[in-house]
Amino acid sequence: MTTASQTASQTASAAVSVQNPDLVLTPSATAGPYLAIGLTWDNGHGVVPVGTPGGFWIRGIVFDGLDEPVADALVETWQADPNGRFDHPDDPRGAQEYPDLTGFGRSQTVNGGEFSFYTLKPGRVPDGEGGLQAPHIDVSVFARGLLNRLVTRIYFEDEAEANAEDVVLNSVPEERRRTLLARRTEDGYRFDLNLQGDPETVFFSL
Amino acid sequence: MTGTTSGSRLHLPRYRREDPSLRTPVGYPDYKSTGLRAPLRTPVDLPQRLTEVTGPLLGEDRVTALDADLTKRNGGEAMGQRIIVHGRVLDSDGRPVPHTLVEMWQANAHGRYRHVVDNWPAPLDPHFDGLGRVMTGDQGRYEFLTIKPGAYPWRNHHNAWRPAHIHFSLFGRAFTQRLITQMYFPDDPLFFQDPIFNAIPEGARTAAISRFDYDRTVDHWALAFEFDFVLRGRDQTPFETDDDGDVA
Ligand SMILES: [Fe+3]
Repeated sequence: MTTASQTASQTASAAVSVQNPDLVLTPSATAGPYLAIGLTWDNGHGVVPVGTPGGFWIRGIVFDGLDEPVADALVETWQADPNGRFDHPDDPRGAQEYPDLTGFGRSQTVNGGEFSFYTLKPGRVPDGEGGLQAPHIDVSVFARGLLNRLVTRIYFEDEAEANAEDVVLNSVPEERRRTLLARRTEDGYRFDLNLQGDPETVFFSL
Repeated sequence: MTGTTSGSRLHLPRYRREDPSLRTPVGYPDYKSTGLRAPLRTPVDLPQRLTEVTGPLLGEDRVTALDADLTKRNGGEAMGQRIIVHGRVLDSDGRPVPHTLVEMWQANAHGRYRHVVDNWPAPLDPHFDGLGRVMTGDQGRYEFLTIKPGAYPWRNHHNAWRPAHIHFSLFGRAFTQRLITQMYFPDDPLFFQDPIFNAIPEGARTAAISRFDYDRTVDHWALAFEFDFVLRGRDQTPFETDDDGDVA
């Protein structure tokens, strides 16, 4: 009775022992309006524990094409430690100095569409072309109405010198770079995300 | 302090690009909510660097043993058809992705979510909250015990119903592999009118549908469905790069 539906998952199981470089990827789908059920974490906004010395808040609002706040989005971040290192096997330099830093943040836009993260400023990460990238944070945005995730990066307006050398920022049309810059505030930085329209945030394809 | 690097060479893996003809678009006109949310500009190409080929390796501390069984909550049994949902997390070369977090959420047997925004007239179940989590094992295997979710109506178009589905969230081992998806059940009669299902390019749709797995059903206990997740695979040959050797 297992023959009725041939699916790609079946193909995938068969291919485990025989390496097949062409398995169809599981297609993305929207997280929908109820993502809070599955993806709510206590302290998800703490990339480091709130109050860690040197830490600050990054806060922002996700806006739709009518400049209305999006109140059901999920914003996730991934970043290096202040030495520009990742606690991950594919960063051969390793990272030991910041055991409380997960590098990962997860925040839902609830009250008025605002998300927030408490973190440390990442260091400069090698760009693979002999230079260093400016401090940056990779961002994923998920929401009802988005069938695939959006990817962007947070840079910092007070890193002008590093930003000027950054290969990714320099690949973005100059008039749109400001959409990637977090601005200084009293308790850290502000970084709004504009999904659509005139001030549309630069999104990346990986 | 910024600017520290080591003088060593970095051997970076590179994750293969998605086939654009099989990739779900961000926006899809028949799905009304995309209208004001999907960006209108073409995304800028971001060559993968260290930040993209690494990612959070989230630990067992996010998961308890009870999180893989959604059928027992608040001291009672969830209503509905008990099902085992199991499979593997793989990359597109067929390699297992071990010790990675799989999160899921779903409607109850009546098609109702435990969420303030969901208030259509179908009953809540006091013994079902619709939230599950597991870590994959050494061979990338995962397994949940849950109940089959019901279909539910929504306002996208007249008489719109979502086919039964379970939402899944996966991290893989790199930012590049992050995936949120929906798993469907075989032969659902509602596929034809569902824009979220039909936004998936035709050649990839079967990869979103689970397989009825009679071999894993349990007599007088549960039906079973198998579903493998396939995340982006890495290039066989990692590229090599010098960083600038400037040790701060
Ligand atoms: Fe749903």
